[in-house]
Amino acid sequence: MPVPDRFRKTHSVLPGFGLALGVSVLSLSLIVLLPLSTLFWKSSGLGWSGFWQAVSAPRVVASYKLTFGAALAAAIVNGVFGFIVTWVLVRYRFPGRRLVDALVDFPFALPTAVAGITLTTLYAPNGWLGEPLARLGVKAAFTPLGVTIALTFIGLPFVVRTLQPVLESLDPEVEEAAASLGASRLQTIARVVLPALFPAWLTGVALAFARALGEYGSVVFIAGNMPMKTEITPLLIITKLEQYDYAGATAIAVVTLVASFSMLLAINRLQTWSARLGAAE
Amino acid sequence: MSIEVRNITKSFGSFTAVNDVSLTVPTGELVALLGPSGSGKTSLLRIIAGLEKADRGQVLFEGEDATARDVRHRGVGFVFQHYALFRHMTVFENVAFGLRVRPRARRPAESVVRTKVTDLLKLVQLDWLADRYPSQLSGGQRQRVALARALAVEPRVLLLDEPFGSLDAKVRQELRRWLRRLHDEIRVTSVFVTHDQEEALEVSDRVVVMNQGRVEQIGTPADVFERPATPFVMGFLGNVNMFHGRVEGGRAHLGPLSVDYPEHADLSPRDAQGFARPYELDLAREEAGPGFWATLRHVNPAGAIVKLELEDGEKRLVQVEATREQFEALKPAAGERLYVTPRQVRIFVA
Repeated sequence: MPVPDRFRKTHSVLPGFGLALGVSVLSLSLIVLLPLSTLFWKSSGLGWSGFWQAVSAPRVVASYKLTFGAALAAAIVNGVFGFIVTWVLVRYRFPGRRLVDALVDFPFALPTAVAGITLTTLYAPNGWLGEPLARLGVKAAFTPLGVTIALTFIGLPFVVRTLQPVLESLDPEVEEAAASLGASRLQTIARVVLPALFPAWLTGVALAFARALGEYGSVVFIAGNMPMKTEITPLLIITKLEQYDYAGATAIAVVTLVASFSMLLAINRLQTWSARLGAAE
Repeated sequence: MSIEVRNITKSFGSFTAVNDVSLTVPTGELVALLGPSGSGKTSLLRIIAGLEKADRGQVLFEGEDATARDVRHRGVGFVFQHYALFRHMTVFENVAFGLRVRPRARRPAESVVRTKVTDLLKLVQLDWLADRYPSQLSGGQRQRVALARALAVEPRVLLLDEPFGSLDAKVRQELRRWLRRLHDEIRVTSVFVTHDQEEALEVSDRVVVMNQGRVEQIGTPADVFERPATPFVMGFLGNVNMFHGRVEGGRAHLGPLSVDYPEHADLSPRDAQGFARPYELDLAREEAGPGFWATLRHVNPAGAIVKLELEDGEKRLVQVEATREQFEALKPAAGERLYVTPRQVRIFVA
């Protein structure tokens, strides 16, 4: 019996496309889509005015400002220092390089609560770093600065691990070519190296930012959680849950979710862009 | 501009890549550095460019010492095997790069840049691709962009490192003929590195044959092919049959072959190697002059030249190339015993 063309076309040398796609869709639905839709469904119980009230209360707005501001600041700090760390790891050979390389992943592996307690101990007014800072008149723990420090800690690996493979694949010959054409070292870095790394760098920074938006464990200890001052959005969600205000909690969560999702979408676009440029070799 | 290299030595750890090499490239010539991988040809080219520092020795441009000069100020155009194009720039911007990074005082106006880049892209026949990115080009096109980019800074010397190394056979053929024509047109002193003897012989004015960090021979393509100075050059430039043996008392005894060798009349024997190219061997059914008997094992009749493989009395391979006419006149069959006579044997005494 002749097989209709429609089915023939999808036939591939790699078997199991149908099965693999089915499993992917099912698992994504169960793990990601279902909880997300529950979120929207729960928050819709408030109605438009209730929703607006929940997400625009002054205390909530203050938490957005802190969370987004600190996450952005942390992402920028990571963008600068993560770049330098990556450069050193890729371009130089020195004793202990592997150890430093492994250390970068540390924030991934460490339970966030442990990180939070450690950072608080360090930066508290009587801590190893907090005391000299206090003498300089800088208060780190229990201020927005402390929040930024914690978010910087957890975001670093995202920048380094995104940038590292791209920098490794950047052929040193390209820099030699620039030099042979008369470019100074500064011109080579600015016109050849940085533009080639820019998409990957931006992706790394965006990932660090997205991660920082949702961070809870490492922040709550060092933040001090003073209403209107050092309360982050994820903490407010927990607080609402503890007060059995499920709808209010999910409403705030929806705002965070939409923000994160737009970030991830932007990251995705960046990655396609960087992949297109990277296809040159 | 002429290039002179004096006693250049370069080591990487315990490996000596370039060993006391001296050579001169006259103005306007196209010279090939030919050798197997690891012979030091690329290291030498990079030292001439200033991309690598020599441990000892000097590089002179037009008689002027350039050894300490940075690559930026040597006025060389360098073309890399893997193109090394700037992938985030269009073809146009790649070619314009060398002009745009000049110090402000010497930087040409935008209109000048535009004219110049367009002219160069026309020269390499790629003006219609100016707005594309390198990733959208074929290998041959990328290499031509790399060449245009190197020419944009008006180099006094053009250096090419295996420029056709990563291209497929047909594109290679086209591109090397094109490079030869281009060089005849612009006449800039050029050095290119290759491990392909055919490429070196076809494209260059002169060939520098290198082996294990040393220069084996420098000469025109005809020179190095017809009058090889060392056994290495003989073996590297084309197929050869090699016969091991010795010379004594005015004769050379080389395996199955015995020929006159008046250059060594001394009675004390010395080791020697004899070489004959496959097309320098004649086949016959009767003994005819100094030669040896061999058994025909295999015939490859495809092509203008018929390739035959024979075995001498001690089962050593003998390669013979006959013209179609010679082959048709003899019509040998596999398994037949034939008499092999070399028209020429080159003997190198150890």
